[in-house]
Amino acid sequence: MSFFIASSPHHHMRRNTADLMRLVLLAMVPGVLAQWYFFGWGVILQIALAISVALAAEALCLLARNREASSGLRDYTAVVTAALLAISIPPLAPWWVIVIGTLFSIVIVKHLFGGVGHNIFNPAMAGYVLLLISFPAQMTSWLPPVTIAHELPGFWDSVRLLLFGFTGDGYSLEQIRHVDTGAMLDAVVMATPLDHIKTELAQGFTLSEAKGAVIFQGVAGSGWQWVNLAYLAGGLYLLKQRVISWHIPGALLGTLAVFALLGAVFAPDQLPNVDIHLFSGATMLAAFFIATDPVSAATSTRGKLIYAALIGLLIYVIRTWGGYPDAVAFAVLLANLCVPVIDQYTKPTAYGHHEERS
Amino acid sequence: MSSEYQTLTKNGLWENNPALVQLLGLCPLLAVTGTVTNALGLGIATMLVLIGSNVTVSLVRNFVPKEIRIPVFVIVIATFVTLVELLMNAFTYGLYMALGIFIPLIVTNCAIIGRAEAYASKNPWPQAAFDGFMMGLGFACVLVALGAMRELLGQGTLFDGAEMLLGEWARELRIQIVQFDYPLLLAILPPGAFIGMGFLIAGKNWLDGRRLQKAQQSPVVKAQRARVTTVN
Repeated sequence: MSFFIASSPHHHMRRNTADLMRLVLLAMVPGVLAQWYFFGWGVILQIALAISVALAAEALCLLARNREASSGLRDYTAVVTAALLAISIPPLAPWWVIVIGTLFSIVIVKHLFGGVGHNIFNPAMAGYVLLLISFPAQMTSWLPPVTIAHELPGFWDSVRLLLFGFTGDGYSLEQIRHVDTGAMLDAVVMATPLDHIKTELAQGFTLSEAKGAVIFQGVAGSGWQWVNLAYLAGGLYLLKQRVISWHIPGALLGTLAVFALLGAVFAPDQLPNVDIHLFSGATMLAAFFIATDPVSAATSTRGKLIYAALIGLLIYVIRTWGGYPDAVAFAVLLANLCVPVIDQYTKPTAYGHHEERS
Repeated sequence: MSSEYQTLTKNGLWENNPALVQLLGLCPLLAVTGTVTNALGLGIATMLVLIGSNVTVSLVRNFVPKEIRIPVFVIVIATFVTLVELLMNAFTYGLYMALGIFIPLIVTNCAIIGRAEAYASKNPWPQAAFDGFMMGLGFACVLVALGAMRELLGQGTLFDGAEMLLGEWARELRIQIVQFDYPLLLAILPPGAFIGMGFLIAGKNWLDGRRLQKAQQSPVVKAQRARVTTVN
């Protein structure tokens, strides 16, 4: 009788990278649908454009590095990166914005650092930061959600806006972004809820005054709360499928909630509440889809908790005292930088060994 | 003797380039290369300081006790930096204002004290002067290349503001190569300098690697001799 002795790892995963990435894409669907409903066709167009550019760039990079292009393309990592970047940028940003961002993500952040599994930074977020600091005007031109907009541009108008900057009737993006506020005679350009709160608070208004604006129908901003809930649903699906563990989203949302609660206790009318922090901006997307990127996140369980808590803290700090209304991309990149240190000090001890007792 | 000068030239411009290989003086390199003009101005200033300090250090090398050589080098370098700063204040005031703190900071540029320690303190002054010139030229070339890259991406121009360095006639030098509606601001900002510098170093390594590969692929064909009678 012979024993089959296998070497480690003894834990086998039925799924490969491509399966995991397909599940992530599937989990993104509710959020994307919510964005499509509230902000129009732009988001779908951006995703399509980003994915085609990402696949072309991925293939070229693999060829230039003498790797097999087909296997690299089939693992879907480039598609996920492209989709994450595309849903993060304003839906009707000009076409060259997403092209530049995707090229930067794939070529520089991913392949120059060694390709799949070697990038120290989250490619989608690095691309987003490049776009945000290079093209601030385009990257803050969010549309008003459908609930308060006059009308959202249709499919062909969205295509025209993306390619040429004008609809078929000759309206520019700036004109489309104007919203009739009702109270005032003239219309105002609509900002995102977080942006709106930051500006109002900086001008000395209180939180309740800021929340009186037309964009705050509901808990955390019209449209935005449903987008966040949809991403939360997708994230819970990922948790159930065991694609991600609870540690990163749990620690991220928990830290953010604790600090937001402290802020609400000590300065109730000068700082945004917990609900705004959790259900506005890109919080849920970050917690379940961006921070959980297995390559650029910490690896051990304790490391994941520290890493995600750091992101939550940074999001709160930058949103409250920083120059940008939302902070997910910067927080994730800064935490990515800390990952080697976190991994070094949270290395689990092997079974049977224990740390030196003094 | 001429081969010494050839080696110095090759080292300064390529093999041992202060910016691309020694990675010295990165602070001004990254900070002021937003435009070609700024880069050229700081490159020339650094080169002048490097020549002056190399010659002086070489001339006093036999009188300076080994134990206090570093403070002496620093004083010599600081003197030349002050000279260059005052000259720039007098003749290229616009550029002096644009470069700001980075002119006095030339004194902390490790490339300069590095050459003083590694070469000038051991060699006669003509070679030391030539070494300073070539190292300075190599540094200035990298500065200008990086400045051109960043200015082109960030503004679409070259030689913008050249009149600050060369006088009023140089206003004509400004070339608008591309007209961007929305320039890539990142190229002008500090991250653009780091990324551009990375590409320059990668480009140099790639060229070196290709040259090495070519040299290996074409071995020198020697005549085959049946019997070797002499010692080579």
